Amino acid sequence: MKTLDVFQLLFFTGVLIVCSLPLGLYIKKVFCREATLFDFILKPVEKFIYRLMGINADAQMRWTQYAFALLSFNIAGGILLYLLLRLQNLLPLNPGSFSGMSPDLAFNTAISFVTNTNWQAYAGESTLGYLAQMAGLTVQNFLSAATGIAVAIALMRSFSGKESGTIGNFWFDATRSVLWILLPLSLIFSIVFVWQGVPQNFNKPVSIKTLEGVEQSIPQGPVASQEAIKIIGTNGGGFFNANSAHPYENPTPLASFLQVFAILIIPAALCTTFGKMMKDRRHGLVLLGAMLLLFITGVCLVTHFENAGNPEIAKILHRTSVPQMEGKEVRFGIGASSLYSVVTTSASCGAVNSMHDSFTPLSGMILMLNIGIGEIIFGGVGAGFYGIILFALLTVFIAGLMVGRTPEYLGKKIEAFEIKMVMLGVLVIPVLVLILTALSVSIDPGKAGISNPGPHGLSQVLYAYLSASGNNGSAFAGLSANTFFYNLLLGLTMLIGRFGVIIPVIAIAGAIASKKIVPVSNGTFPTTGIMFAGLLTIIILMVGALTFFPVLSLAPVAEHLKMMNGVLY
Amino acid sequence: MLREMKYAFKAILIFTIILGFGYTFFITVFASLLFNRQANGSIISGENGKKGSVLIGQKFTVPRYFHPRPSNAGSKGYDPTASGGSNLAPTNRKLIDNVKSNLEQVLKDNPGFKPEDIPVDAVTSSASGLDPHISIENAKIQAPRVAKARNLDLSVVHYLINNNTDKPLLFVQGEPGVNVLQLNLELDKVSKDISNERR
Repeated sequence: MKTLDVFQLLFFTGVLIVCSLPLGLYIKKVFCREATLFDFILKPVEKFIYRLMGINADAQMRWTQYAFALLSFNIAGGILLYLLLRLQNLLPLNPGSFSGMSPDLAFNTAISFVTNTNWQAYAGESTLGYLAQMAGLTVQNFLSAATGIAVAIALMRSFSGKESGTIGNFWFDATRSVLWILLPLSLIFSIVFVWQGVPQNFNKPVSIKTLEGVEQSIPQGPVASQEAIKIIGTNGGGFFNANSAHPYENPTPLASFLQVFAILIIPAALCTTFGKMMKDRRHGLVLLGAMLLLFITGVCLVTHFENAGNPEIAKILHRTSVPQMEGKEVRFGIGASSLYSVVTTSASCGAVNSMHDSFTPLSGMILMLNIGIGEIIFGGVGAGFYGIILFALLTVFIAGLMVGRTPEYLGKKIEAFEIKMVMLGVLVIPVLVLILTALSVSIDPGKAGISNPGPHGLSQVLYAYLSASGNNGSAFAGLSANTFFYNLLLGLTMLIGRFGVIIPVIAIAGAIASKKIVPVSNGTFPTTGIMFAGLLTIIILMVGALTFFPVLSLAPVAEHLKMMNGVLY
Repeated sequence: MLREMKYAFKAILIFTIILGFGYTFFITVFASLLFNRQANGSIISGENGKKGSVLIGQKFTVPRYFHPRPSNAGSKGYDPTASGGSNLAPTNRKLIDNVKSNLEQVLKDNPGFKPEDIPVDAVTSSASGLDPHISIENAKIQAPRVAKARNLDLSVVHYLINNNTDKPLLFVQGEPGVNVLQLNLELDKVSKDISNERR
């Protein structure tokens, strides 16, 4: 890494942390019904929404009720989105006259956007009309992010509550997430993105003749409004096929900087919110510290490997090494592309400003590990927070085993039921990924999608299932995933990967909420210090590394060794 | 149970109206008032109609124009209706073959240069297939060819390259890039002015 790269990375991290503090405090106020700046305009809207729905948003829910409301909300959203995608040819605002999606692709896409994955087996500019993009995808970008925040807040509440057995009201949490957090941020970022060059219009594609006289048709659309929430909600579904590598989605280095910033800002802020809710900042800082350590290591490694590049290409250009520029844009270069790739896989975003499929093998491995450990380095909005809490519970449990004492976290005893749920939540992703990858590389419909021969083919399939189960959405995009086989299997993977974690988390919240707070004693394992942060980091790495070591050694590690020896496939 | 489903559908409909329509239309109106050019795709218009978008690369093949990077958007490259990269793995023979044939083309187009002079962005394809930029080094190896084809002084061409280089801000990661379409448009303008003067 160059000195300038290091400086710029530190600058980015600094800006992120500094801005996340006030936002975290603001989020705490929003959910604890304290006064905020926007109340005068948003409170009437909020009341109006509750009245239209006919609900009492003050009613406190038990965990089963909360989970049920959340599932209903997601099912309803999925059904509506599926219909919009299937029937877009009959609806207005479709200037490209695109036909309705096929049933399997619409199934996959609807699940993909409802689960905050935004895996895209289609190419936006040649498949979707403006109505499907704005009324379908944009809306689910907001709502899936709101679902994630709601779960995180319910979990925080359960730790701070006293034997109530209730964890809040889902409709209240979701509505407030949208109105107070996601919408204001999206308004600001949309306008900034337009300023940088992202289009926002309802024009037909612009037909031009190039200077050499060739016809070029340039698709347009309401891109900026969708771009903003795609990033802020860690959704990642691009308006265009090339996603944030497309100059219309991400026109300048500054736009790219703002995108990586916006991806991580809510996840980072939630750590502060947590500390504030627990009335002890250190609880949030410890989590943030563990995340930062893993994050900065990841960025440095990927930047290093991408700068070192591919020795075969260096040989052709008669040099000792050249940076890996295949699948990268000139305006981003190695630095901004590497940073973006680590940010998008750390958070469950999945937007890309360079093509991960063409990254050097070991960089690809780091991206896969980021997703594989459960996207808890900042993580998706809400999802990252409840993900790292699962690991925190696992850590106190293991520490408890070592000293032979019932583990406690934040004054609540962690017992058999919670640990069972933690294990469910932690194991869902590895089990799905390993079994389905093995299946897909063993049978013809799975193998048919692979575009790169050799060990990289395995990486492509592995990445797809990691991305789907971790609700990331980025891809080793050479894989032809728009087939009945992959649409179906990846669709189901996204569904299980999302709700197979959310439901155990809500169950944990329910159980924790009904426990009484035990006072801190000499025997309590402290969960605020460096010791805890270190142990947490080690356990995260151990679970991730041990689970995926065999398959990673067959895929990226094997490919790296072949590449260094000049073997081609 | 049925009651929750009813709430859910109502909520989805309400949010679709607020977020899908209200939010999108609000941004559209606001953006077109504040940043009209960008909101409409940063299209450049010339005397004979629209020339392209500043942000979207075009294909150039003749010697008097600067050439962009290799592209995988569409079968012929630089097709904005089919953005995307090659997605070739580092160990894929096709990638190495592409780099070799791209290099051959660059060397043929720009006589007098050796492989070690050629910047890597000139022989690899971009992520979007629509990359509007080339690196400064890439522009510099093409400058002698363009100057010769247009009968311009090399220093004029270098001046225009510098004029059309977009630089990132100091604290922000990114690399400087030369906007190929803008540079070529300016070259055309300069060549035309000169021929007008002579007449």
